This record gives sequence, structure tokens and C-alpha cells, in this order.
Amino acid sequence: MSPGIGSWITLSSALFCIGLVGVMLRRNPIVILLSLEIMLNAGNLLLVAGSRYVGGNDGHVLALTVMGVAAAEVVVGLGLVVALARRGAPLDVDELRSLHG
Amino acid sequence: MQIVVFYVAGALAIGSALAVVVQRNPFLAALSLILHLASLAALYLVLQGDFVAVAQLLVYAGAVMIMFLFVIAYLGDRADLDLRRGGLGAGAAFIAGLAIFIESVIAVSDSNSSFHAPAVVADSFGSPATIGKLFLTDHLLAFEAISLVLLVGAIAGVVLGAGELLPSRSRAEPAEREPKGERYDLRREFLRREEEAEQESEVGT
Repeated sequence: MSPGIGSWITLSSALFCIGLVGVMLRRNPIVILLSLEIMLNAGNLLLVAGSRYVGGNDGHVLALTVMGVAAAEVVVGLGLVVALARRGAPLDVDELRSLHG
Repeated sequence: MQIVVFYVAGALAIGSALAVVVQRNPFLAALSLILHLASLAALYLVLQGDFVAVAQLLVYAGAVMIMFLFVIAYLGDRADLDLRRGGLGAGAAFIAGLAIFIESVIAVSDSNSSFHAPAVVADSFGSPATIGKLFLTDHLLAFEAISLVLLVGAIAGVVLGAGELLPSRSRAEPAEREPKGERYDLRREFLRREEEAEQESEVGT
């Protein structure tokens, strides 16, 4: 007995929305990156579930690709956070508005 | 059995994701994200994604989260900002999240999907051999592209992280720092700075 694909889609969209609320709610860039990871993983879960129910392994390949992109994205994001902290800039995305027109 | 694991691991994933979003301390938020990723790995096992589950634990819990914890520890109390949007921003965030969730639930309940049960698959479904073969045949472009993305990510990490050791065009002494016609050498620059520091300490004593 296994759940239908609707349950997986519902779980995945719930996780995606939690991550979205985190990205919009928090102002600390580290926590924003953590919430982004939740969103990416919700997408991954849906890819793997779809792969299982359709019966091909292509979704797994795409999920692994997303993992690689997420790892690179975290490196760049955390590098930016460290560079900002070194320059003495505040770690608050609402304060960093020098590019704001 | 599968449905029990689905509900337990799914509840754990949702609970730990909520903990990441509302947790005040970023260190504890990162630890809850590790729990979140582990419960997702359990869900991948229910879906027979054996290789993806192991890769999830190795790549995320093993590498990415260590990087997060390292940066949070490096920043120390500077990372401990407990900042949220108040009032209008928070309301907009909750409404947007809830709206998208309700929308997808309606879409799922209305759909007349033929995927009520998992497809019948061979034992090799989701095994490293199958996925490796797919990566090297049908999805070779994705494989090569991801290696390029990771290379660029590594270079970006060095440039952003080691900013002070890389050639900088200081306004005060541009000519001194970069002699004309001579290429910048990270090791030579390091030795030069070390020498300077030694001379200074000798002068000091």
C-alpha cells in the first residue's frame, strides 16, 4: 500500500510554500539561503515522485542535476555573505540597498 | 508499510521545515534543515530512489550543511540577527504561501490523474548503475553542464572568500603593488607580506 501521486504533490507543494514564506519573511541572508534549500528540495521530491509513478529514471537524473546546481548556488551565496561580513556591511537584506534605484 | 513511512517522514519534513523558517537562532535553523534533508532521504527510499537518497545525505547533509554551519560559526554573533519583516511584509508572505498551497491542492483534487498507483518497475529502478548509464548516454549534456557549473562555483567561492589575498587595485599604491609587465603571483605576494611583517616586528623590538 503506497500513497497516490496526489499525496506527494500536496506534500511537495506544502514544503515549497513553507520555503517561500521563509524567503519572504526573513531578512538574514543565511536563513534566506536555508529556506531556498527547502524550496529546491520540494522540487526534487516532486521530480523523484513523478519518476516513480511514470516509471522512468529521468526524474532522478534531473534531481541530481538540481542538487549540483544547489551546491554551486550555496557556495556563491555564502561567499557573498562572508565578503559582506568582511567589509563590515550589515547582514540584513533590507539594509543592503545601494543598488536600489 | 510505505504509507506509514510516508506520513511519519512527511510530518517530520514539514515540521523541521517550519522550524527552519521560525527558528530565531540560525545555527539551530541549520540543524533543523539537516533533519529535514534526512527525512526527505527517507521519502526518496519509499519512492525507490536509492541513489538519490544516498546522494542527498552525502551532498546535502554531508557537504552543503557543513558549509552552512562553518560560515555561521565563522561569522559568530554577527550571524545571530533575528530579523523578520513585520506587518505588511509578513502578511504578504503568509498570503502568498497559503495561496500557492491552496491553489495546488485544488489542482490536485480536481485532476483526473491516471497515476493512482506507482508504475511497475524492475529491481534496477533507481540503482546507481541505471542512473550512471543514463547520465553517460541520454543526459550527457546535463552531466557536462553540471561539471562546468560546479567549476564556476568553486572559482566564485575562491574569489569571494579570499578577496584580500587576490590582486586588489588599492587607490593608495597601485604602482608599487603591481609593477608593470610583471604578472601577479599569489605566492610571491604572500612571501612579500610575510617579510614586511617580520621587518615590522623586528623594528618593534
